[in-house]
Amino acid sequence: MPRLRAWFSRLVGLFSKNRYNAEMAEEMRQHVDLLTERKIADGMSPTDARNAALREFGGVEQIKEAAREQRIWRWADEFVQDVRFGARMLWRSPGFSILAILCLTLGIGTSAAVMSWIEGILIRPYPLVAHQDRMVALFGTKQGTTEKEGLSYPDFRDLQKNSTLFESFIVDRIMGTTLSIGDRAERASGGIVSANYFDVLGVRPMLGRGFRPEEGEGRNAHPVTVISYLTWRDRYKGDPDIVGKTQFLNGVQHTIIGVTPEKFHGTFIGYSFNFWVPTSMQETFDSTGYKLEDRGARWIEGYAFLKPGVTRQQAQAELNTIAQRLENDFPETNRGHRFEILPLSKTPFNAVANLSSTLGITAAVAFFVLLIACANVSNLLLARSLLRRHEMTMRLALGAGRRRLIKQLFTEGLLLSLIAAAGGIVVAYWCRNALVLVAPARTPGITIDYPGHLDWRVLALSVVVCIGSTMLFALVPAIQASHVDLSGALKSEGSGMIGGSGRSRLRSVLVFVQVALSFVLIAGTGLVLRSLVRMQNADPGFSTRSVVVSSVDLFSAGYKPDRAKIFYEQLLERIRALPGVQSATLARLRPFSYGVYSSAPLEIEGYQPPRNEQLAGDYNEVGEGYFATIGIPIVTGREFARTDDENAPPVAVVNEMMATKYWPGKEPVGQRLKVKDKWMEVVGVAKNANYRTKLEQSTPFFYVPVRQNFFVQDNIIIRTEQSAAAISNALAREVHALDANLAPLDAISLQEQVDVMSYTQRLAVALLAIFGGMALFLAAIGLYAVMSYLVSQSTRELGMRVALGAGARDILQLVLSRGLRLTIAGIAIGGITALLLTRLMGNLLYKVSPRDPIAFGLALIILLAVALLACFLPARRATRVDPVQALRV
Amino acid sequence: MAKEKPDLVYGTLDMLILKALQHDARHGLAIADRIQQMSKDILRVEQGSLYPALYRLEAQGWIKAEWGLSDNNRKARYYKLTAAGRKQLASEQEHWSRITKGIDLVLSGA
Repeated sequence: MPRLRAWFSRLVGLFSKNRYNAEMAEEMRQHVDLLTERKIADGMSPTDARNAALREFGGVEQIKEAAREQRIWRWADEFVQDVRFGARMLWRSPGFSILAILCLTLGIGTSAAVMSWIEGILIRPYPLVAHQDRMVALFGTKQGTTEKEGLSYPDFRDLQKNSTLFESFIVDRIMGTTLSIGDRAERASGGIVSANYFDVLGVRPMLGRGFRPEEGEGRNAHPVTVISYLTWRDRYKGDPDIVGKTQFLNGVQHTIIGVTPEKFHGTFIGYSFNFWVPTSMQETFDSTGYKLEDRGARWIEGYAFLKPGVTRQQAQAELNTIAQRLENDFPETNRGHRFEILPLSKTPFNAVANLSSTLGITAAVAFFVLLIACANVSNLLLARSLLRRHEMTMRLALGAGRRRLIKQLFTEGLLLSLIAAAGGIVVAYWCRNALVLVAPARTPGITIDYPGHLDWRVLALSVVVCIGSTMLFALVPAIQASHVDLSGALKSEGSGMIGGSGRSRLRSVLVFVQVALSFVLIAGTGLVLRSLVRMQNADPGFSTRSVVVSSVDLFSAGYKPDRAKIFYEQLLERIRALPGVQSATLARLRPFSYGVYSSAPLEIEGYQPPRNEQLAGDYNEVGEGYFATIGIPIVTGREFARTDDENAPPVAVVNEMMATKYWPGKEPVGQRLKVKDKWMEVVGVAKNANYRTKLEQSTPFFYVPVRQNFFVQDNIIIRTEQSAAAISNALAREVHALDANLAPLDAISLQEQVDVMSYTQRLAVALLAIFGGMALFLAAIGLYAVMSYLVSQSTRELGMRVALGAGARDILQLVLSRGLRLTIAGIAIGGITALLLTRLMGNLLYKVSPRDPIAFGLALIILLAVALLACFLPARRATRVDPVQALRV
Repeated sequence: MAKEKPDLVYGTLDMLILKALQHDARHGLAIADRIQQMSKDILRVEQGSLYPALYRLEAQGWIKAEWGLSDNNRKARYYKLTAAGRKQLASEQEHWSRITKGIDLVLSGA
């Protein structure tokens, strides 16, 4: 108890400092009084006695200060004092404080936001899913290739049965269907998932239930579906009695058995799913047939949870053993096939692969911005600490310890960074889902979901970054300040020299670093921007302007091939009759889509493949007039005609690349190739084009007539001068007229389709432009602060020069040249750093060298211009120095 | 930190104060007087170090201060030993005698 009371009284003492001080003063006064009395008793006169007693006692204030320092709570006491004082100082110079806090808030906010993106997309991509640290992506590999493949359903069951190191496995296959709403169809994305999906993920439906174990199997036996929160809210208007109602999906009536919680979007990073069905319903949603019992059909993506404490290596070893056993048991389907696991951030099947390099660069860039912000605030603090040198010197002279001064400056820095950290976290909170805003990929009907995740780890990391940066920027000026030379500093201010002093070297280094980092960022932004422009301007090999694409989901509507053929025939006729339409045709896949082209083993007549290499090729099934419609020129021969139908001999059109590869020096037209056991005659050669992205290498590619290779699900390609929106309306009318139950997807121009596929570059440009702009702004402030400071420090020298006859021009030149020297040195270092770093951006660049002189030159010009501006204002101020004022001490 | 007078070995002032308070509670001046008297005027406590030492000891919980009246009816802050202070005094005394014995041996050695 007494201890506690003592502790308490000390704590109280901390806050009732005045009483404490009064007591101390009282005690010392009594002491002096006693001494005086004693001396009077010894026979001294009262005045002499008092003086003698005071002399003997010594400096009352020093003793008080020394006594105060003995208290255990001194540090806390001083801290409170420092915080109060610091807050007062910050309050007294609001311009400085706001600027410093703004800089830091930007720096901390951006890095926390980027960390939240990385956390949310790469590390813990699935909100609500438990134990993501033990979750891995599971997929198949084939020996001799680097390609990743899916799993087959029987293999998945065997993995579940035979593994001991895994807690559980799930499988998930992305698929789409069309939900008709009014006269417009909307694409809905869904997942075919194993029955244990929701249980293993630990996602409890908000309404209803998840799948039962028995619902995973039995061919088309369990037409049940779990819908997402967003689908429930938007499409079913939040109907509280939704469970038990039915919905037609791909022509089969499904019972809605559950609604997922709001934050669960499925396990395909980057997309938000609308509904899930169990694996038993696979055939209904997959136009390529029933696969549940086919060990050779590797169609589904897997995830696994490791048991606690199991490493990925151990788990991989067990998978290898199981794969070997399966290979022995089922040689015809499993020879050479293996399983592999990877961390979620390397999931091969979704947007992560595209995003991770962009996010990596973004993280580096955000770190740069933070560094620049820290350098800036350090600069500001330094400038201020030098302005406050008089105050510091005075305090040192009055007996303050150097450590005490450092601590005080440090506290001020901490105060700044705490305010900024709070601001930064708010910024990060606002920006946590902002990636979607700058991500331009908006495929109609598909919800893009880039979740940011602002959990305690992100916050902790932000705080560490914040404290680290405080150390970085507050300590340096503090240490400098404590080296003040008392006598020198008290004498006069403003006696510095433009150009050379040890003290300004550090500040110069800071500016130098800022300029260098900004240069790297601006050059990087320039590179990405230039490659985006190049990409935009690059000819994909087909016309993007006056071509519009759309489709009608006949597969989901349950059309069989015969009916579909008639439907397409009639629809195309109607479209061709529309005003402003020049031509219209079909293609199984539109270019630059997410779809996968048909691929088949090839045999080429008269071509001997080197070293029993298996020839294979990608192709597209297209309608008559396809090349004219989409604008791919035919080099020799002819394109497909209406007459190339089921009754005519099979034909193909190859691209130039394929022609020169297989028939070098020969006339390709008239040659024959065998695709899937069917011999076809080459009737034409088309110019090379891009098929998937503008980044791809040119590859051999060919086309076959859709009439000879029919698919129910096709795209409609229309050449027209009309806008996509106008075509959309007309198309909806025509489709509706043919079948009132059908609706087309929104028609978009091919340009839009192409833009969607370049979204990683656009994202990188957007992010780099934002961050580069911020860096430039911060660097400009830094440069301005330094130059202002230098000028204010050297008024004496400048005054002297003016007195000796220097004109305004000379002064301007002097100050500007000093600023530009710093800038140029920074640019030089920045240039070298950029040359080393931009090489890492290789996969974001399109036909732009990482050392592109234009991007570098542009960065140089921008930085020089900004530096000139930042130096000009202080320089002009310097020309107005009044020599009489400046030279007066 | 407080500067020690050269006639006091560094760190011994605390011990001397504790010793001076061993039997009676005293105020600051009386503590200085007592040390001077006990040392037969060899040791003189500088006021400049006395108070910091007192505050230090108080913060450690070895002595306790309260306001009282001095012999001539003056208000004064009286310090007295706490139980912890007594223990501390004993251990410091023990430590001190060991050290001085050692130093004696060294100095008197051949």
